[in-house]
Amino acid sequence: MDTLSNLADGFVIALTWQNLLLALLGCFLGTIMGALPGLGPSNGVAILIPLAFTMGLGATPSLILLTSVYYGAMYGGRISSILLNIPGDEPAMMTCLDGYPMAKKGMAGEALSLSGVASFVGAFLATWGLILLAPQLVKIALLFGPAEYFALFALAFMTLGGVSSTNQAKSAFAAALGLGLATIGVDTQTGVPRFTFGEVHLYDGLDFLVAIVGLFALSEVFIFLEHRHGGSDAQGRKIEIGRIYPPLSMLKQCTPTMLRTSVLGFLAGVLPGAGASLGSFISYSMEKRLVDKEGTFGTGDPRGVAAPEAGNNAAAGGALVPMLALGVPGSGTTAVLLAVLLSLNITPGPLLFSQNPDVVWGLIAALFIANFMLLAMNIPMVGLFTRILLVPSRILMPIVAMVSFVGIYGISGSTFDLLVMIGFGVMGWGLRKLDVPLVPVILGTLLGNAMENNLRRAISIDNGNWWTLIDSPLAIALWTIAIIGFVLPIIVNRKAKAKMHQKRDEEGAISD
Amino acid sequence: MSDRIFGVFGMLLAIGYALAAFAIEESFLSDAVGPKAFPLIIAAILGLSSAAIALRPEAEPEWPALGRLAEIAAAVVVMIIYAEMLPVAGFVIATAFAAAYLAWRLGSKPLEAVATGIGTSVGIYVIFHLVLGLSLARGPLGF
Repeated sequence: MDTLSNLADGFVIALTWQNLLLALLGCFLGTIMGALPGLGPSNGVAILIPLAFTMGLGATPSLILLTSVYYGAMYGGRISSILLNIPGDEPAMMTCLDGYPMAKKGMAGEALSLSGVASFVGAFLATWGLILLAPQLVKIALLFGPAEYFALFALAFMTLGGVSSTNQAKSAFAAALGLGLATIGVDTQTGVPRFTFGEVHLYDGLDFLVAIVGLFALSEVFIFLEHRHGGSDAQGRKIEIGRIYPPLSMLKQCTPTMLRTSVLGFLAGVLPGAGASLGSFISYSMEKRLVDKEGTFGTGDPRGVAAPEAGNNAAAGGALVPMLALGVPGSGTTAVLLAVLLSLNITPGPLLFSQNPDVVWGLIAALFIANFMLLAMNIPMVGLFTRILLVPSRILMPIVAMVSFVGIYGISGSTFDLLVMIGFGVMGWGLRKLDVPLVPVILGTLLGNAMENNLRRAISIDNGNWWTLIDSPLAIALWTIAIIGFVLPIIVNRKAKAKMHQKRDEEGAISD
Repeated sequence: MSDRIFGVFGMLLAIGYALAAFAIEESFLSDAVGPKAFPLIIAAILGLSSAAIALRPEAEPEWPALGRLAEIAAAVVVMIIYAEMLPVAGFVIATAFAAAYLAWRLGSKPLEAVATGIGTSVGIYVIFHLVLGLSLARGPLGF
């Protein structure tokens, strides 16, 4: 009952003209960003953060705008998967497998609308899952002391490696690199400068927004320059959509699939380190094993379109659970959303639910509203978005680069930050070439200070005794899960991961 | 081979980071852990993972040809010049040049590149500055 009244309060907050307009804008921009290959949810949200700040938005409206972009990108990714066989963003990769064959059979419209419905079902159920699960997680999180938080952060980094990369050493490297970058600046507890090398600009530490925009958005520009990929992928191809409403029989056939994969995708999203990509991957694999009796998956089976779409949208909702309830994001995009919250001086975690209930419930209500908006945008108006695919990247990428510069300059007004951002862009390009995942780097720069503070607090409380870190059953449990999460993929998962990674060369570094 | 070089580079980075951590001046008022311990843990992880990368390298990534690398380097130089010129030349002029350059290098014809540059710059100026009120760099001409 409590939940429902909270939710009602949330709707009161979300149903203002400003917030509705922001949700609409976010959904629209998000769908575009998802649809365009080269702009995914994480860099899409990243380049819009400065926009939210310059508009002087408060915490709730900013979050509404940016999570609408996040949800929208999850919807939009499928459009180019189905029409062009090129995933618009990472999580939409599995949609290519059956979506493109359907389009080739002349059923592009059906595939698009069916996947739109599947996205809606996945996101809708996941938002309910968020409502039900997050408060429970908060109850557990309230038992956490500094030692447990330290273990939780370690868990996030260690399990993140298991899914985000094929190489545990590289993800450990990425995490350490991010944490190391976070230590630059004046030490918060003793006030001594660290790793600043006398550079005054570094005393404040590196702004993680600068790091995020550089690593995600600018490195993408460099990748495009490297391949001189200036055209539009849609050029010279005929895009025919046909009917834009799915036949009822098809919906009926896919309903059990959508329900199953929504649940599965949501659970995959809640796991730390897993994101929407994993959600769509395991959803598709499970459905294939479960219902593909005649071997039609991969040849344009509607269920093969519905499964990954419901799965990735549900996972997107699921990934918000640990971000809001524990302050530990599970994926690239939720890491970027965490950066937004931190910049607005709001610390996510259990206290968020008691101290800023308006933020949490307003956001949740906005997610419901955004979801209906997205359904409306993505079925009747899908033709509009397919036309956006015709914009060639030689025009798009300069705009992306310049908006990134404007945003960072708008926040800080300093040339130094722009130079740091360029540096991060080059670093991001190099790391992507070497197949080092970028998400742990971002997570490290975001969580580094909190992680160190919890470590030092825990040990100071216990008079310098380091064993305090594994002193409580809860901490031991967290460490055990962390170690299993790190070691297990090294032993078993090679094959499954190789399969999941085979199609994702450089794109894979920005997984969500 | 790339991974081996990368691993060695990572180990050097870890050593450098650890040395810099040892050089941190301790304050006389310190907590039980101090400002050095956490960076040293990070340095250890950085070093170990780099060693693992160097010892068990993965398949070689596809490095671009030298010309393409020069392309990226040139873009970086242009961006640095852009960042430095921003307060001097003003937002609209600097951005038009930088965007036009990027559009040109991504394969636009000269005329299209100039149009993209001016369009991007003016478009951003109108949306971000005139509509949203973000303060952009002012040049000698006032924009």
